[in-house]
Amino acid sequence: MNWQLMWDSLPRMLGGLSLTLQLIVGSLALGAVVAFAVALLRLSGNRVAEWLSAAYVFVFRGTPLLVQIFLIYYGLGQFTLIRDSFLWPFLREPYWCAILALTLNTGAYTSEVLRGAILSVPLGQVEAARACGMSRPLAFRRIVLPVAIRQMLPAYGNEVILMVKATSLASTITLMEVTGIARRMIAQTFAVFELFIVAGAIYLVLNFIASRLIKFAEWRLTPYLRARA
Amino acid sequence: MDPAGCLGIRPALFPGVPMLELLSFGPNGWGGQLLLGTAMTVAVAVSAFAFGIVVGSLGASAKLSHSLVLNTIADVYTTVVRGVPELLVIYLLFFGGSGVATAIARAFGYDGRVDLDAFTIGVLAVGLISGAYSTEVIRGAVQSVPFGQIEAAKACGMSRWLILRRVLVPQTMRFALPGLGNVWQLTLKDTALVSVTALAELMRVTHLAAGATREPFLFYSAAAALYLLLTTISTALFNRAELSANRGVRRA
Repeated sequence: MNWQLMWDSLPRMLGGLSLTLQLIVGSLALGAVVAFAVALLRLSGNRVAEWLSAAYVFVFRGTPLLVQIFLIYYGLGQFTLIRDSFLWPFLREPYWCAILALTLNTGAYTSEVLRGAILSVPLGQVEAARACGMSRPLAFRRIVLPVAIRQMLPAYGNEVILMVKATSLASTITLMEVTGIARRMIAQTFAVFELFIVAGAIYLVLNFIASRLIKFAEWRLTPYLRARA
Repeated sequence: MDPAGCLGIRPALFPGVPMLELLSFGPNGWGGQLLLGTAMTVAVAVSAFAFGIVVGSLGASAKLSHSLVLNTIADVYTTVVRGVPELLVIYLLFFGGSGVATAIARAFGYDGRVDLDAFTIGVLAVGLISGAYSTEVIRGAVQSVPFGQIEAAKACGMSRWLILRRVLVPQTMRFALPGLGNVWQLTLKDTALVSVTALAELMRVTHLAAGATREPFLFYSAAAALYLLLTTISTALFNRAELSANRGVRRA
């Protein structure tokens, strides 16, 4: 075990951390918006909207993320329509392709988590809100959504951890985030185990922080479950 | 080996050969190659899943044992493998697997160098990932067998081995089936990552075809459709397996 090499590799690997974090935060934030929209469409009662959102979820959950990334990065540039559009300055960059693929991927998984959580809100609570004179949007905003978000947190925590790991695939389209740097350094030095341990430790710390944050959010949102002081 | 970089220039639409002929089985078509790649993907996924169940059973028995050492080893294994990107685990085995295999062979008195081929590396890597998830599924399933049944079996005078074979394993299999279905889907999709080791599975073949014909959209869409087909078929198979495993259980 070459401790010196491990210690020396740390600053270089941490240089990729900023990109990894951008990919995680960017795709999770945009993915949450997509998930919210898709879950609402899925529950809208409109046959076409339901079918479209179900098809989106089916495709993105049923194919590997790597296919989605390559389809967006290599595939979209093939069309003159896209190359001439205002989107091209973004879709030409691997960075935005990775964000787009990760967003669509997490959006599909998260929309299912959110849909399940919305459906799990007891009907009696909605009826009570309606009986109090709340309009449907108001009841959704004040009663259904807060309860659903609290309900979905444990499952969403798993999705966050999957996304932290999924950002490593951005290295396959030339982005030098933590895994990309680790791969390059392994190929240069052949110190496989040392560099695996350093890169793996970075991801373990990220996942540890992510799971703590979700736990904290759960704790904040369930004051009624805490012992009274 | 590295999928990135081969397609640096944005290609124009491929002239000459009509689009769909590229997917056919003829001399201009990549259909046969894609089919072979799909078969390889299934082979890697099935072997890795089977290996993962063996690892998972060992891991679950280690987690449920009363030995602190075994508990710790199993905990470290599942925490690390589930918390580290799959791609890193594949690189670890791709670059380091042969070295470890050589060291193990040396410990047994063999002096030559052992080189693992891409298929073995893929199965080992994806199997170790799959095994970490299987460990948790199997552990949960074992724990959901009511303890009273074990006590009853003991009271009937069954030996530990007989209890395992007649009471614990059959019920564990039933409880573990839904969870293992999820693990199978993960495993199937993780095999796409093995393409970085240049093993000719579906993703690798697709990448080569996309590069050679300059029709990336067509070929990656075809690959997506083939993966969807595989996941849909396996969902149906697991549903049937669950039905048949639960045939003796009354629905509430």
